[in-house]
Amino acid sequence: MSIWTKGIAAGRLDAPDYDRNFADLHPPLDPHEAMVAADRCYFCHDAPCVAACPTAIDVPLFIRQIATGTPAAAARTIFEQNILGGMCARVCPTETLCEEACVREAAEGRPVRIGALQRHATDRGMAGPHPFGRAAPTGKRIAVLGAGPAGLACAHRLAMKGHDVVIHEVRPKPGGLNEYGIAAYKTPDGFARAEVDWLLSIGGIEVATGNAPDLAALRAEFDAVFLGTGLGDVNGLDLDGIGAAGVEDAVAFIARLRQSAPKDIAVGRDVVVVGGGMTAVDAAVQAKLLGALNVTLAYRGPREAMKASRYEQDLAASRGVNILTDAAPVAVEGDPLTSVTFALPSGDRVTVPADQMLLAIGQTLATGDLPETAGGRIVVTETGRTSLPKTWAGGDCTNRGENLTVTAVAQGRDAAEDIHAMLTEGADG
Amino acid sequence: MADLTTDFVGIRSPNPFWLASAPPTDKEYNVRRAFQAGWGGVVWKTLGLDPHIVNVNGPRYGVVHGADRQVLGLNNIELITDRPLEVNLREIKQVVRDWPDRAMVVSLMVPCEEAPWREILPLVEATGAHGVELNFGCPHGMSERGMGSAVGQVPEYIEMVTRWVKAATRMPVIVKLTPNITDIRKPALAAMRGGADAVSLINTVNSITSVDLDLFAPEPTIDGKGAHGGYCGPAVKPIALNMVAEIARDPELKGLPISGIGGIATWRDAAEFMALGAGSVQVCTAAMTYGFKVVEEMISGLSLYLDDKGMSLADLTGRAVPNVTDWQYLNLNYVTKARIDQDLCIKCGRCYAACEDTSHQAIAMKPGRVFEVIDAECVACNLCVDVCPVEECITMERLAPGTVDPRTGLTVSDRPADWTTHPNNPNAQAAE
Repeated sequence: MSIWTKGIAAGRLDAPDYDRNFADLHPPLDPHEAMVAADRCYFCHDAPCVAACPTAIDVPLFIRQIATGTPAAAARTIFEQNILGGMCARVCPTETLCEEACVREAAEGRPVRIGALQRHATDRGMAGPHPFGRAAPTGKRIAVLGAGPAGLACAHRLAMKGHDVVIHEVRPKPGGLNEYGIAAYKTPDGFARAEVDWLLSIGGIEVATGNAPDLAALRAEFDAVFLGTGLGDVNGLDLDGIGAAGVEDAVAFIARLRQSAPKDIAVGRDVVVVGGGMTAVDAAVQAKLLGALNVTLAYRGPREAMKASRYEQDLAASRGVNILTDAAPVAVEGDPLTSVTFALPSGDRVTVPADQMLLAIGQTLATGDLPETAGGRIVVTETGRTSLPKTWAGGDCTNRGENLTVTAVAQGRDAAEDIHAMLTEGADG
Repeated sequence: MADLTTDFVGIRSPNPFWLASAPPTDKEYNVRRAFQAGWGGVVWKTLGLDPHIVNVNGPRYGVVHGADRQVLGLNNIELITDRPLEVNLREIKQVVRDWPDRAMVVSLMVPCEEAPWREILPLVEATGAHGVELNFGCPHGMSERGMGSAVGQVPEYIEMVTRWVKAATRMPVIVKLTPNITDIRKPALAAMRGGADAVSLINTVNSITSVDLDLFAPEPTIDGKGAHGGYCGPAVKPIALNMVAEIARDPELKGLPISGIGGIATWRDAAEFMALGAGSVQVCTAAMTYGFKVVEEMISGLSLYLDDKGMSLADLTGRAVPNVTDWQYLNLNYVTKARIDQDLCIKCGRCYAACEDTSHQAIAMKPGRVFEVIDAECVACNLCVDVCPVEECITMERLAPGTVDPRTGLTVSDRPADWTTHPNNPNAQAAE
């Protein structure tokens, strides 16, 4: 078995190659590097990086706390705003958020390494005792649907306020996309699971996995319900032959990789990934890292319309992914798959050999018993209220904000604050 | 290349950069390396009478770090040489013979009695050294035995010892002054009265650089205890510059040659000391931080500067002294306002925070993080200029005479006027 082997196969690489390919994309800063990086922060007034962070972490303060040798205090500053600050330090597209806003980016094109510093602080903070306690019990019970970033952030904030929370998660493990959806090299060494355990150690949060209860029943039983279910379905392609062996949705491919050792994951020799977002990049890069010989990421629009950030596109290119733009798939040949044909704006067609095709053309809300939706998303207010009484929602399943971990955390947290205000003031939800 | 040859009280050197009396000049091996690197001279580490002293065997330096562990200040509790007098003298003699074009000054510290000075001076003279420097500055260890700064803090002792030394040697005598006093002019005057050829300053500043918050003891910590040391390096440069200037501009001390010491790390630092009246400069911490090679930058930088200005070294020495004055003579009709270059501004807002929280609320923060000076509030304090991380982004611009200062509503006069004539000054003299 090697990179030359045709078809879909596991074990294309030697063990050391897998280890190297799936190691931490950004190794942590050592203490001296952290001090040097922290020293570059100007401690801006009303800092632009804070405004650029969906969870509004007080970046200058936590960096100053690192610079003065108190990473535990820095971690607390981060966790007060973002209890999943550890994961966000790893997966946030900082190049389009805090680091883009950094004044040193404006000054020198080289921002303060906020993401790396946040990881430095949170790694140390999470090595110590859980930083938050719980308020006196309120006797209120809240159900959270979905143990992803939104649901976890909401549950944690509610637990802090003294409420009891039950999280229902349809998957076998909590974590949502942190556990199943993010590229393995962004969160290696079981970090996603460890972070959930650390978060839950505050107490007062029960997690029921493999569980998808009825919303109406939950609303009847609990004082409030929070929906953080994410996007459970994926878009498909309506092409002849799309059912061929070798065609798969990229979300499932990524999830399988996250739940297995890379050497056990079968990958094609010639892989075509269709899509232009983060999922497409994550799938394409990981296919390459698994030993695929040729990986083509094909996007139907122009490069500037791709949802994956320029940084992610460059990462893909640096790993040897061939990015093809303005290329719409029009035909799938063979079963098992042998090639995919694309139409170009000129009207020409190109056929790319493929034994595996991964579809990453968007995810949609799973249908069911839901509050009012618009454009395939649950309609929410700024604080996450839905059309139904006593029911809030946050994260990817809603119509607000970008589909980012950090946005989901902010929405979960803010909904929890609103739920708490509502429950303690006795007002109608 | 400008001629950097220096003649300081008859002591000639190819450039004005001398290594100060300190660990780098403790023995022949180091001094040879220094001369090979290009240093113009050395002040050999302070000699004393035998039996030689001993040093601590735990750490002897403390440090204050800036960003990226940049050494901003060093503190030391090392004493004078801890090697036998004979060994030092033999090595000095050999180095003088091998490096005839370099300045060799020998630092001395013996008890405050005439006999020991009469004893040691001929021995030093016999080495061929070009001058002596009297160490009246060392603030630790030796001072507790009645030497070093214990002498330097009593002008009468300085004068007395200097007189003994001048009477006992033909070599030029430089008196090294301690900054651990209230008025540097008093010991300088005492040295002059005693017949000193020059003064050198500053020696190190009494200091505790830091406290170990686990041991609750000063750093450097020796078996759980610490003693104050002498502080030096870039952090003390402003203190040293002021003391040099105080001597240089004092009418009574006029013409007293000065060897400038205190945090000199670059050619620019050296040039500043010289502009304030120093005829030579002495360096230690920069060499201890980076090694002897730093002198190359000092030589090339000073040469380039002098060439650019079309000046000789003699032109530079003392050039800024006439412009050092007292506060009461500063022109109160010189009105400036801060100006923010919007193209250079990176919108960090530090000027705003500094002005709004700690000054005069003279910077407006407008939508889009645009920061603008409010002339009606700006007192020209310069804090915004100082805290701005971008060079030249905020500058002070003078209001032209004849224009109205929006803060005071007064027309800016073209006639200088200072506190001595100000109506609010109870002791004001009528303007002529």
